[in-house]
Amino acid sequence: MSARHPAPAHSRQFLSGNEAVARAAWDAGVRVAAAYPGTPSTEILEVLARYPDLYTEWSVNEKVSLEVALGASMMGARALCAMKHVGLNVASDALMTLTVTGVEGGLVIVVADDVGMSSSQNEQDSRFWGRFAHLPVLEPADSQEAYALTRAAFAISEQFRSAVIVRLTTRICHVKGLVTPGERELVEPRGFDKDPARWVMVPGHAKPRLPLMFEREAALREAAEASMFNVLEGGTDTELGFVTSGPAGMHVLEAFPDAPVLRLGFSYPPPLERIRALASSVKRLVVVEETEPLLETELKAAGIACHGKDILPRLGELAPDVLKPAIERLRRGEPLPRAEPAAPQTVFPRPPTLCVACPHLGVYYTLSQLRNVLISGDIGCYTLGAGHPWNALDTCISMGASMGMALGMDKGRGEKDANKKIVAVIGDSTFMHMGMQGLLDITWNRGNVTILLLDNRAVGMTGGQDNPGSGRDIHGEETARVDFAKLCEALGVRRERIRKVDPYELPTLFKALREETRIEEPSVIITDRPCVLIGDYRPTPAYRVIDDKCTGCGNCIDVGCPAIHVTRREQATKPSGKVVDLAFVRIDTAACTGCGLCVQPCAPEAIVHARTVQPLSFVPRPGSAA
Amino acid sequence: MSAAITNILVCGIGGQGVMTATEILAEAALSLGFDVKKTEVAGMSQRGGVVTSHLRFGERVRSPQIAPGEADLLVGFEAAEALRWVHMLRPGASVLANTGRIVPPIVNGGRFDYPDDPIAAIAALGRTVHAIDASTIARELGEIRLGNTVMLGAVVDHLPLPADVLEAAVLERFARRKPHLLDLNREAFTRGRRASARTSAA
Repeated sequence: MSARHPAPAHSRQFLSGNEAVARAAWDAGVRVAAAYPGTPSTEILEVLARYPDLYTEWSVNEKVSLEVALGASMMGARALCAMKHVGLNVASDALMTLTVTGVEGGLVIVVADDVGMSSSQNEQDSRFWGRFAHLPVLEPADSQEAYALTRAAFAISEQFRSAVIVRLTTRICHVKGLVTPGERELVEPRGFDKDPARWVMVPGHAKPRLPLMFEREAALREAAEASMFNVLEGGTDTELGFVTSGPAGMHVLEAFPDAPVLRLGFSYPPPLERIRALASSVKRLVVVEETEPLLETELKAAGIACHGKDILPRLGELAPDVLKPAIERLRRGEPLPRAEPAAPQTVFPRPPTLCVACPHLGVYYTLSQLRNVLISGDIGCYTLGAGHPWNALDTCISMGASMGMALGMDKGRGEKDANKKIVAVIGDSTFMHMGMQGLLDITWNRGNVTILLLDNRAVGMTGGQDNPGSGRDIHGEETARVDFAKLCEALGVRRERIRKVDPYELPTLFKALREETRIEEPSVIITDRPCVLIGDYRPTPAYRVIDDKCTGCGNCIDVGCPAIHVTRREQATKPSGKVVDLAFVRIDTAACTGCGLCVQPCAPEAIVHARTVQPLSFVPRPGSAA
Repeated sequence: MSAAITNILVCGIGGQGVMTATEILAEAALSLGFDVKKTEVAGMSQRGGVVTSHLRFGERVRSPQIAPGEADLLVGFEAAEALRWVHMLRPGASVLANTGRIVPPIVNGGRFDYPDDPIAAIAALGRTVHAIDASTIARELGEIRLGNTVMLGAVVDHLPLPADVLEAAVLERFARRKPHLLDLNREAFTRGRRASARTSAA
């Protein structure tokens, strides 16, 4: 992919928070940027990769991305790594010691919290890491601030020789607003200084550095007090004052235009004296922070009386429709209600689905046909296998957890589960992110687990990014490609127990799964068809249903493909007297790409190739350019 | 303050082009010099899930989110989705909806019912609804993905923006990215606008 010429400085751009962070990093002269894709942070590296004159990479996981960035910083280069909130859990081992060494070239860690949980397994507050690691935390409230604070973060990082955390939330990452970028700086790396006492963290070297870390934190506290990014705005009605950070700040300004609002862009260390001054000028102070009561707790410890989570929810976004009634209750002296009444649901739920012709459809259809299996799952599109109509995933915790948990399920089973087969399902990217170690643990410790390694050559859930299994780098250019069969063999799985299977061939997949689950040793079944959203996927001619032949058995519906639609439902009485529900179907031929999965369970052979394609769908076909 | 802000909520499902359509509406508002914010929750919604895109413009926009009961216009790219989000409208505000249906596996699997007539259900809630068969118009034009432009044409006379500004924003995007589709999109825009005028007159 060729480098895109960036829009000129001082022009008005309509950018998302992620795009603004990318532009700011480029303007700050970042030399190295690394990330593992993760909603809502993914676009930061996607955008940066299109800029010229810097090195960008998808790393195999967030810990590696942080280490890559730290290495560049040690060379005196400016570096950035970006991740979603759970990514920083993975990277935290490096984080907790790089705070002891400090940094050379500006090092900015952008972490995006999924407040509201649009696409994550939990909702956690990354501001804790600033407290835990004694690192400054900056919190933009919109795209312009995302730009300004990211640029400032590099300056702060170099001034204090400290990594800086920029905390975003979904409502920053995926909101577009106006941004005016400034001039680009060109920053030449100063070079690596050999200094074992600083860079080699053994106890003797680390111990004398701990006081330096606390001195740095004290200096940062003073910087936060003086920071132009902590700004008093709003009105002059002293009935109520607000202290807030992140997107909640914009919500507060909108909901309470008459109240004084101290918005913290440089939120950790907290500028306690600035807050104390506001507190003494208003009757009541309210802390509005997403999601944990961090600042509130610190204010109370400092003797500053305030309201916070006594009147506001501890989870989700603090939008005006949440804030207004909460403040109204505070004014009237009413307590926080236990739970908000749910909005009336007038329409069926529409959960995310696997795509038309997704290779995972074959895997989950097959797994749903197996009895006596416990399925240890992982994180990716294939987590959707837990849902309708397959119900074929029993666990999902964290990246790569399917491996270790499957082993634990095997070793921990009692009489009740003695006959159960343990299957682990993991995608290619997740396997390389954090699953390989778990597989090694399974083979080393003689686990009895059948592993389904779903290799679709992409990080599917975040939009089909490349990974070591695709053999392409972040620019789509060819590079070393992992051979999963060889890798699994090297990790201790016997060669005879490693099979490659086409997930569109249901009988083969079923047979492989049945055989491997019967054998009491680790085995790996690799499925090898590409994600339908990437260029490797080739659509084939669509199918249709011959109405006269469809018996309404509904077998094809169990595949779970979104292109199969029910045209009418009937009830029929079998000769045995049993009443069965029938569902007659059609195939949306405009959406169908001919994977043939639905053809296989159709007993009356009612599904045939469509001769003419009739576009009926408003949804683009997989593999077609959007 | 908020009285000066226009709130447009666009809804549909992943893959329909809801975000792109809202982006074009945003570009039109930007070209008139408004402050603009646009937000949506993507992530898993690209897998056939629900997508809503919030567009707010005015003198100065702070919060990017439209609160329930404050949308000035609801644009539904799918009939049942339009019904799902009616509660977001302010009193007296109306709905522009595609009559096209996308039935998810969860309904085909028999676990839930698709509403018999979502458009009638919206009207029964006391809302003025302009129903457009954007999918059929797009099909008649020979390219199903034109549904997006048909919807933008249909919406144009329901916005506090001059029609030519939005049309220019739509066409500018195609002139830049897919010039061979320019005439077809102009036609789709006009057809959508005409269809909407008919439902408004009815």
